[in-house]
Amino acid sequence: MSSGVEPRWQRIATPIGLVIAITVICLPGIWVMITAFRPNVEVLSRPPVWIPSFTLDNFRAMFGLLPAVEQGLPVAEYIRNSLITSVTSTAIALLVGTMGGYAFARFHFRGKGALFLGFMLSRTIPGVALSLPVFILWSRLGLIDTTYGLILVYLALNIPFTVWLTDGFFRQVPIELSQAALIDGATGWQAFWHVEFPLARAGLASAGIFAFLTSWNEFALASQLTRSVASKTLTVGLMDYTSQFTIDWVGMCALALLIIVPAFALTFIVQRHLIEGLTFGGVKG
Amino acid sequence: MASSRSGRAVPYLLLLPAGLAIVAVVLVPLLVSLYSSFTAYNMTHPATLYRWIGFRNYERLFANSDFWWALGRTVVFLMVALNLEMVLGLGVALLVSRVTRGQRLLRTIIMFPMMFSPVLVGFQFNFLLNDNVGLIDNLLLQLGVIHQPIAWLVGTWTANLSILAAEVWMSTSVFAILLLAGLFAMPRDPLEAARVDGCNAWQTFRYITLPYLAPFITIAMTIRSLDVGRAYDMVRIMTNGGPAGRTELLWTLMARVGFDNAQMGAANAMAYVSIILSITFSVYFYRRLLASRRFLGEIA
Repeated sequence: MSSGVEPRWQRIATPIGLVIAITVICLPGIWVMITAFRPNVEVLSRPPVWIPSFTLDNFRAMFGLLPAVEQGLPVAEYIRNSLITSVTSTAIALLVGTMGGYAFARFHFRGKGALFLGFMLSRTIPGVALSLPVFILWSRLGLIDTTYGLILVYLALNIPFTVWLTDGFFRQVPIELSQAALIDGATGWQAFWHVEFPLARAGLASAGIFAFLTSWNEFALASQLTRSVASKTLTVGLMDYTSQFTIDWVGMCALALLIIVPAFALTFIVQRHLIEGLTFGGVKG
Repeated sequence: MASSRSGRAVPYLLLLPAGLAIVAVVLVPLLVSLYSSFTAYNMTHPATLYRWIGFRNYERLFANSDFWWALGRTVVFLMVALNLEMVLGLGVALLVSRVTRGQRLLRTIIMFPMMFSPVLVGFQFNFLLNDNVGLIDNLLLQLGVIHQPIAWLVGTWTANLSILAAEVWMSTSVFAILLLAGLFAMPRDPLEAARVDGCNAWQTFRYITLPYLAPFITIAMTIRSLDVGRAYDMVRIMTNGGPAGRTELLWTLMARVGFDNAQMGAANAMAYVSIILSITFSVYFYRRLLASRRFLGEIA
C-alpha cells in the first residue's frame, strides 16, 4: 500500500509469507490431482517414489473400461445424478430466488425485515440436523432415493443465498431507470424485463453458479437421502470407496478430480461477481 | 417507493414460491423434528413416533457425558477455528494487498480451497496424513525428522488438530477474499494523512486499517456462521468422530444416534440443541452486520 517507505523487513517478509501461503493453499489439492494420474503400485511403494509417472488407468477403471477390474463403482450414474440434481435445483432456485430478491430490493412491505431474516436463518440449520426430520418425512412420502427428493431439498438450500445475492444486485441498479420506463408508458413487467433484468444479468449468472456449486458439493443431506445408483451423487460416491476392504487411494483421487474440475471452472468464471456479490450485497444498505 | 406501481400483494406473490419451498423443506421438518424430540421414536418401530415421553429425551441428553463432550468440543472447535481463520485470512489479505503485480492471479489462487467440497477436503487431508501413503509422513520420514510413521488421525490430540487444520485450510479463504475486497475499497486519504502525521506501520494498521476492515470481518463472520455445519462432511470422512469418540462433534454424534442407532427421538433432541446454537450464533453476527451497514452508510 504505502509503497516506497516500507521498512526493509517488510520487503523481505512479504514474498516469503506469500510463498508459504500459496504452498499451503495449493499443495494438498495439487498432490491429489497428481495422484489421480499415478499407478497404484507407485503410490503404495515404500520408500516413496517422488517423481510421478503418468497413467489414465485410474479413470479407465472408474468407467469400467479396464478388463482386469472385476467391479468398478457406477461413477457414470453418479455423475448423471449429480448433474441432474444440481442443474435442476439451480434453475428453479434462480427463478424463484430472483423473484424473491426483486421483491426485497424494490418493494416496501409489512414484515420485510423479519421475512428476510427468516430466509437467512433457514440456511443456518446444519445439514445433519435438517437431514433427520427430512429423512422421517421423505421416507413417509416415498421421496427417499429419488432425484426429486434431493432436488427439492437443494432448491430450499439454494433459495436464501440466491435471494441475498439478487437483492444486492437489483439494489445496485438505479431505480430511476425503471421509473423512467414507467413514465414512458411501460408496464411494471416491461420495465423489469427490458431495463432492470439485463443490468442484473451478470449478477444473476454468478448467483446461479453459486447455487450449482452448493448442490454439487453437498454431502450431509445427500448421504442420508440417497441409497442406490438411482439417486446417489458424486460426493456420496466418494464415501463408497472408504467402505471397501482396501482403500483405493488412486481411485478416490481420480473421483476427487472429477468433482473438483467443474467446480474449479465455474468458480473461475464468476470469481469477480462472487466477490462483489458477497461483499457489497452485504455491505451496501 | 415502488409500491405505488401495483397492488400491495405483488411483493408477497413474488415471495410465495420461495417461501413455500422453505416451508416444505425447512419449516415443516423443523416442526416434525421438534415433535419427535418429545417422543420415543425409534426407526425400527414406526409406531413409537406417536409415543409421547415429554422431556425425557432432553433429560437423558443433559445427563449424558458423551453429549456434553461433543457439545464442548464443537464450541471450542468453532471458536478456535473461526478466530484462526480470521487472523490467517487477514494476514493473507494484507500480504496480497502489498503485492503490486499479479494481484488478480493471487486472488484466484487464494480462492482455490473455496472450490473444494468439504467431503473432498476431508478426503484430501486423510490422504495427506495417512501413515502408509501420506505425503506428510513420507516427507518427514525421508527428511529424517521421524523414524516411525505417525498415524495422525488415531491419536486424540493429533486427530483433533488434523481436523482443525483441515477446517482452517477450507475456510480461511472466505476471510482472505472478503478482507482483501475491503482493503481494495479502502480510501487512500486517511493512510496518506497518517503517514504525513508520522504514524508507523503498526499504528496505521491498528488505528486506520483495522477499524475500516471491522465491518468486512463481521460480514465474513456472518457468512461463515451460516455454514459451520459443513464441518460435519469433513469430519465424517476423516474420523467420523472416532477413534472411540475422541473427535466426536455434535453433528457426528447426532447422525450416529439417529441413523446408525435409529434413535430418532433422541437425535432430534440433539439436533434442536445444535439448531438453537447455530441460530443464536448467526443472529448475533447478523445484528452486528446491520450495525456496521449503518456505520458504512455514514462514512460512504
